[in-house]
Amino acid sequence: MAADSPSDSSDEPIRLIDPHVHMSARTTDDYERMAASGVVALIEPAFWLGQPRTTIGAYKDYLSSLVGFERFRAAQFGIRHYCTIGLNSKEANNEELAEAVMEVLPLYLQKEGVVAVGEIGYDDQTDLEDRYLRKQIELAKEFDMVIMIHTPHRDKKRGTSRTMDVLEEHGVDPGKVAIDHNNEETVQEVLDRGFWAAFTLYPNTKMGNERMVEIVREYGSERIFIDSAADWGVSDPLAVSKTFRLMHERGITKADIEQVCYHNALACYGQSGQIKEEDWTQPLPIDQRNLFHGNSVLRGGQTPRVDDSDSLVIE
Amino acid sequence: MPQESDSAERPTALAVLESWLQRRLTADAKGWLEEKKSTALLEDRNAYLAFALAPRKVGKADLQLTDDEFEEALAACPGWTPRGWTTDQAARLILLLAGPADCFGRRLTQLCATGDIGEQVALYQALPIYPDPAGLTARAAEGLRTNIIPVFEAVAHANPYPRTYFDEAAWNQMVLKALFIGSSLHPIQGIDDRANASLANTMIDYAHERWAAGRPVSPELWRCVGPFLDDECLADLERAWNSPEPMAREAAALALAASDLPAAKTLLASDPQLAKGIDSGAVSWSLVHETITVG
Repeated sequence: MAADSPSDSSDEPIRLIDPHVHMSARTTDDYERMAASGVVALIEPAFWLGQPRTTIGAYKDYLSSLVGFERFRAAQFGIRHYCTIGLNSKEANNEELAEAVMEVLPLYLQKEGVVAVGEIGYDDQTDLEDRYLRKQIELAKEFDMVIMIHTPHRDKKRGTSRTMDVLEEHGVDPGKVAIDHNNEETVQEVLDRGFWAAFTLYPNTKMGNERMVEIVREYGSERIFIDSAADWGVSDPLAVSKTFRLMHERGITKADIEQVCYHNALACYGQSGQIKEEDWTQPLPIDQRNLFHGNSVLRGGQTPRVDDSDSLVIE
Repeated sequence: MPQESDSAERPTALAVLESWLQRRLTADAKGWLEEKKSTALLEDRNAYLAFALAPRKVGKADLQLTDDEFEEALAACPGWTPRGWTTDQAARLILLLAGPADCFGRRLTQLCATGDIGEQVALYQALPIYPDPAGLTARAAEGLRTNIIPVFEAVAHANPYPRTYFDEAAWNQMVLKALFIGSSLHPIQGIDDRANASLANTMIDYAHERWAAGRPVSPELWRCVGPFLDDECLADLERAWNSPEPMAREAAALALAASDLPAAKTLLASDPQLAKGIDSGAVSWSLVHETITVG
């Protein structure tokens, strides 16, 4: 699909949010293409790196990069970068590391641009995963934060139900929780129980976007949003924009598409007070200096870059 | 410069920052800051949490200091120029400076290590007002090691710290890196006073490297070269003088004007209008900087 210009048929600029994407693992080409496709803001959840960290120092530096350099890197392409902070389910299984991470999490939860505790949840559904899921739910309550839930790849349906049971047991308002990586099997229950239902368009292991179109057709757009979860694996940082266009082609209403690709993620994570439309439409002078520095692209996504992929010249 | 003799009469930076916020914050925000300041006395964790929360509680408005307030800043710390500082930055520094003296170093290290961009900017731009600033040169160099331009500029720009405390090697690294990462020289305090022959040579090498790669050379580079011109680098400067790049000729003229070399005087005199412009102040490094940063 060729789409060098981020505007739909009515020539309004397209605005997209990718509310789950691991940019630390991606290249500047990805940032350029995302900006060109209309992405104005994204959320990078703290996760693992494909292999476990073995020391607290490594974990701490990773969290620092999410609120530091990665934020600056995104800004160079006119994209506003937000993140979630948490101990992921895989590394929760290293008890010594997990305890140390729990100790430093409060230092990061209230940094600027941290929109949720996450991504947390189950992987293998072990006792340690359960313990640190519950501890972080309590932490989110203490700091009055939104929660981003990672649902397990394996045993997904039961794992998702179980996660929601735990959240309810801890008295969490489902309106402040995004359950991510849903599919056809989990969506009904997630919506029925009042949570936000996020869908990850990720080749092979998660959702394909033709299936996504049918889900929106069937369930509508209330409390549903999509993300790419692009990371160090074979994944697609343009998944949100491709799905945006596919939904147009396949007759989903404009209103539904905009809910699913922009407004709902903003409404869900906007409850943090840390992500607001004005951040990219009318940034404060200090944020312009710090977060759009050295770049003429001051209004994220509204000045699309030309795709130069045909050029062999490296300057 | 650190002067021990008159420090007794000098207002502290902490007191000055507090007085600025007193005049600007709402009653609620003042109440929050007072309370957190007292809890920060006790525990690191409280200090860190309050530090992170500051923008949400006191806002991020530019302080827009008055002329009198800039005078207060200079009286508290020579060279201190908090232009563009914001309410949250002032509040953060109050929280850090109001803590127990023996916690300061540990807290600064932890806050820098875990800081988001806004926090790092606040921390690094305040280097000259910290206790024992001379002991913080490694911290300052760490701030300059970043590739996050606003953090680099928090140390390098509008900050008396480098000119006061850096040795020549650290100074020269900073100036070269400023050009290298696309930042600028004019806002560096002491850029002319700390000029040195070694930096001039490095800059000439850097210009050659850029030319060899077919890349433009920042006109500001010649500011470091002018006072150390010799016949050899005059040839390089002539290249800038004849360059079609915007502001290159003005910059070359300014560099020539800073030199005592007879050949430099002759070359400058060959463009009387430009020479006159320099004398009248119509052509200046300030103007060069303004033109290249806006353009």
